[in-house]
Amino acid sequence: MKAKVRLFARLSELVGTREVEVEVGEGLAAAEVYQALCAKYPALSGLDGSVRYAVNGEYADAGHPVGEGDEVALIPPVSGGSRAI
Amino acid sequence: MLFEITSGALEPQRLIDHVRKDGSGAVALFSGVVRNENLGRRVLYLEYDAYPEMAERVMREIAADAMGRWPLTDVAMQHRTGRLEIGETSLLVAVSSPHRREAFEACHALVDRFKEVVPIWKKEVWEGGEEWIEGEAVRR
Repeated sequence: MKAKVRLFARLSELVGTREVEVEVGEGLAAAEVYQALCAKYPALSGLDGSVRYAVNGEYADAGHPVGEGDEVALIPPVSGGSRAI
Repeated sequence: MLFEITSGALEPQRLIDHVRKDGSGAVALFSGVVRNENLGRRVLYLEYDAYPEMAERVMREIAADAMGRWPLTDVAMQHRTGRLEIGETSLLVAVSSPHRREAFEACHALVDRFKEVVPIWKKEVWEGGEEWIEGEAVRR
């Protein structure tokens, strides 16, 4: 099946697009979809420790299953403002 | 309730009017603005990127949490995307409540939470370089 993956900010600049489709096996975990994406775009490798996953617009664990038609997003640490107060 | 990611200029008065109800005795408004300096670098401008559908959903969730924790009369949040110049407003959080204490507390807590979980990213452009600023990987 095909999984749609959305990329933002630095990650979208790394691969030059905001949305990609990857061919993956049915019922793979979000983290496995990410691994499949890395095979296609090596520039995205090594984010395992920092990136979070979202499936259909909600934060999801790395093990969250991804089905046909689901939208996966790689969420780098957010920065809508400074940590400093 | 109003939760919005927009590329247009933010208007504080619109949010204040939106959250003020007849039962509100206080409205607290936080306005995040673009400043000209960070880590000793002279910032030229910022560029914000967002996952809009998810951002609006997460804003709705953190607002619901705040409504459960304080007796608020309403909450509204907006974040702007695209290129923002020095002095422009990137974030507005407005909270209304019967009395001021809850409005201040909830507004403060919502801004902090916003910056941890709402999927929005900032690129800083300074003289001679640029960088996507990434916060700490906060788990919830």
